[in-house]
Amino acid sequence: MNRLPAPFGSRIDRSRRIRFTFEGKPFEGYEGDSIASALAASGQWALSRSFKYHRPRGILSMTGADANALLQLPSEPNVAAERTPISEGLRVSAQNVNGSLERDRDAIMDRFGRFLPVGFYYRTFMGPRRDSWLKFWEPMIRRKAGLGVVDTKAPHRHFDKTHLHCDVLVVGAGPAGLSAAIAAAEAGADVVLCDENPEIGGALSYGRYDPAILSGLWSRLETLPNLKVLTGTVCNGWYEDNWLPLIQGDRLHRTRAREVILATGAIEQPAVFRNNDLPGIMLGGAAQRLIRHYGVRPGQSAVVLAANDEGYRTALDLLDAGVSVVELVDPRSADEAGPLEAELRGKGVAIRKGATIEAAEGTAGNRHLARVRVGGSWIGCELLTVSIGQAPAWQLPCQAGGKVGYDAATQMMTITLPQGPVHLAGSVAGTDEIEDAVASGRRAAAAALSQLGHAAAVEPPATPKSARPRYVQPIVADRKGRDFVDFDEDLQVKDLQNATKDGYREIELVKRFTTVGMGPSQGRHSALATARIVAEATGRTIGEIGITTARPPVGPETLGVLAGHHEVLERRTALHARHIALNAAMWPVGAWWRPYHYGSATKAEEAVHEEILAVREGVGLLDVSTLGKLEIRGPDAGEFLDRLYTMAHANQPVGRVRYCLMLNEMGSVIDDGVAYRMAQDQFYVTATTGAVARVYADMLFWNAEWRLKVDVLNLTGAFSGLNVTGPKARMVLEALDSDIDFSRDAFPYLSGREGTLAGVPVRVMRIGFTGELSYELHCPSSLAPALWDAVMAAGKPHGLRPYGLEASRILRLEKGHILIGQDTDAITTPDELGFGWAVSKKKLFFVGKRSIEMRARLGQTRKLVGLQFPAGARNIPGESCLVLRGGMPVGQITSVGYSPSLGTHIALAYVHVDDQAEGSSVTVKCRNGELVEAPVVAHAFFDPTNARQEI
Amino acid sequence: MKLLTCPMNGPRNIDEFQSFGPVRARPDPNATADRDWSRHLFRAENRKGVVVEWWRHVPSNYFFLAERDLVSNEIIRTFDASELRDRA
Repeated sequence: MNRLPAPFGSRIDRSRRIRFTFEGKPFEGYEGDSIASALAASGQWALSRSFKYHRPRGILSMTGADANALLQLPSEPNVAAERTPISEGLRVSAQNVNGSLERDRDAIMDRFGRFLPVGFYYRTFMGPRRDSWLKFWEPMIRRKAGLGVVDTKAPHRHFDKTHLHCDVLVVGAGPAGLSAAIAAAEAGADVVLCDENPEIGGALSYGRYDPAILSGLWSRLETLPNLKVLTGTVCNGWYEDNWLPLIQGDRLHRTRAREVILATGAIEQPAVFRNNDLPGIMLGGAAQRLIRHYGVRPGQSAVVLAANDEGYRTALDLLDAGVSVVELVDPRSADEAGPLEAELRGKGVAIRKGATIEAAEGTAGNRHLARVRVGGSWIGCELLTVSIGQAPAWQLPCQAGGKVGYDAATQMMTITLPQGPVHLAGSVAGTDEIEDAVASGRRAAAAALSQLGHAAAVEPPATPKSARPRYVQPIVADRKGRDFVDFDEDLQVKDLQNATKDGYREIELVKRFTTVGMGPSQGRHSALATARIVAEATGRTIGEIGITTARPPVGPETLGVLAGHHEVLERRTALHARHIALNAAMWPVGAWWRPYHYGSATKAEEAVHEEILAVREGVGLLDVSTLGKLEIRGPDAGEFLDRLYTMAHANQPVGRVRYCLMLNEMGSVIDDGVAYRMAQDQFYVTATTGAVARVYADMLFWNAEWRLKVDVLNLTGAFSGLNVTGPKARMVLEALDSDIDFSRDAFPYLSGREGTLAGVPVRVMRIGFTGELSYELHCPSSLAPALWDAVMAAGKPHGLRPYGLEASRILRLEKGHILIGQDTDAITTPDELGFGWAVSKKKLFFVGKRSIEMRARLGQTRKLVGLQFPAGARNIPGESCLVLRGGMPVGQITSVGYSPSLGTHIALAYVHVDDQAEGSSVTVKCRNGELVEAPVVAHAFFDPTNARQEI
Repeated sequence: MKLLTCPMNGPRNIDEFQSFGPVRARPDPNATADRDWSRHLFRAENRKGVVVEWWRHVPSNYFFLAERDLVSNEIIRTFDASELRDRA
């Protein structure tokens, strides 16, 4: 019903109708319509209810920055109606309504407004109890004053990220941005031009300008292959060293630009008067956008408030769109008449100078504008367009270090950027006319090009036109209020004046007390008016007041854009396919995937028991490829390990393997492993799976200071490890072709050998976590599957079984072997683990030495011991259950499990240092709260003399 | 995102780097009172001005030094650790 014929409606395709619903009612629009324009075309002007008073609100700016045009989609809240396109079957509803948009039960709040002054919450909802705010008031207020509703079951969308590099990034494709981008690209620079709108042109696409200007720029732009144009793309922040996120739909372009030109334009400012928020009152630019972009007539009869040429152009546009312009009200005095004024008068429009809109009144329930008061008399109209001034779009420039000022002579808000790789162009830099904007774009390009070292044509310096001072609307509080400064938060002039009376004189404090500028539009329409009110009330200048700090993001962004794709990164060992083929239950360990056990998941417990018994009685095979593997080479290798680890390594004979324990400077245990001395100047060192990245970094960090002659190589991924363990391990290896003598005398416990095994080059260490005869075979990862196959084949006659993580965990627990990070915490010392044997008493220095000596003097409080629960015990505590002494916690269970070899549950636990002796009884609090007693036993529950590993 | 110029790898995004804190004098552990040793371990100075810091380029595990202004967050220069030792 409000649709205009072509050529109006550059964004819509009239051949494609789209049906959707709003508040349950059917609506129709065209392909290319935004939700707001399609609704407006059908005469639906109210889009939502306001935050506090639940007043009907509609289109203000058509830029997508209005809080009162945020709507709810089934799977997405807070969608900008002015920017989001309609799609077939889309179900749209209003937000912040109790009942429906049409009949909002909370509309009564508008009558009680005087009982809800600013600061009301802070003062009122403090009691009656200390937690009343949290428990009662806050949830109630949140329900009342919320925005949209998040659908936690919404399906995942695909988001992705890409990287973009350019010489010059131009943000904003209006006349200034376009000419800047063209000038930079013509000089040979690599240029990216982005704009949040679906088309380029900015004001040229909807304002009353000669279409030849835009088509001229467009034809030059098309010939430049080094100019990339991203439309529908929001530049949502400026970060250090010109890093800028460009959000194009569900894609994030992480952009690094050598030079940035911000041509972000200006933000039209609303006028402040009573009932200035009624649907039907909109900024001049909103009316022009509706007409030219969407072919929507913004009303039938209009009053135009114009304090600048843009307002006059809007009036002419309205006439072209068939709107009856009742009167143009120009608050400036009648000293000069411009060409636009004559044109308007020629078309029979009444122009009233030196007057302004004093108030507005709405239809029943304030559902739409009905009339406005000018010079004391009322004029009926259903549209009021407001063109009284602009503020530069300060968000990105301020993030880039710009300072906001105020030029008292021209009454303009100004932005000054420090010298550097960011430049301003166009109306954000204060230009008014199109020709000035184009010239300012070229100047910005020249500045950027000269920084880049291009020989740029020197642009003549700006010829400042005799800058006419801008009109400034005086802001006077209406006696009856409802003169809104901030539409997001329903703040009126008196709210801000009262805040200054309460002593909040600084703009940042006013913001926090009143919430001005905190809503979705982030002060775009309120910051300048707020600065004026505070300046007036505190007797200072607007420059002194300034505006609040602008931080990224510039506008709302979805979390999906930040998260990117949903693929989880995982690491697999070289033997992954072998495990899968053996039907292993794979389990994540950090990023790694490891076999938990082999065989059917329904028989997990059984499988684990069988795997344990295989190791104890026959032979088992474990993939230990996730272990950290580091090679230390160089003449100082021994000295290097001596400084890093607690045991002595400089004197370690070649061919021997030694346990190594690493402390941090505080004397806490952070890692362990083994070091195999392969040559005088070469060690092969293992680290725990989780700590190797840190150990590798720490090694280089220390040596950056020590400057020892060593080289550290991280072989974690390059090498794989297979642990062959069990009484029959030797028989299996001896059955394979090898140049290594695996006999007990030739290859004793805690020694290492190099050679080939089944044709694979290997490093073999006789160590073991299981307490059984063990050979750990390390080889290049590419050959690991071949070695695995050979060992499996050779082991078949001996009943060899691959075993998984759970069996390994129990096997080591039966031996009382600790796991760093599981049985240790951030303050565990070697003494607490009973690892005094692993700490050299002779070395003058190792990392942590000074601290463990100092901590020993402070006295030890706890000790890690073994606990054995009686066979058949009903209540077994879990990991992290507290160990109590006299009712007070003194430690906790760190590992617990059922030992099939012993037939009972066993655990490692920190107990009070006085309870460490074997046979002491300690009290543990189970998960269900019951207390159980358990005796302290020796660490090695199984084979306490460690005879089995040395056979 | 800030750029940091690695002496070995050139300018890279700062999320490729890990900070290891300011360069500090290491007291002789065997000639330092417990109280001073605790201070050394747990007290981190945070004075205004320019500091020399250890940084690690994570993918290459290379440690180097950077002079950074703690007020402006400007990285004044970066250099290999051998330079510090040569100067000492």
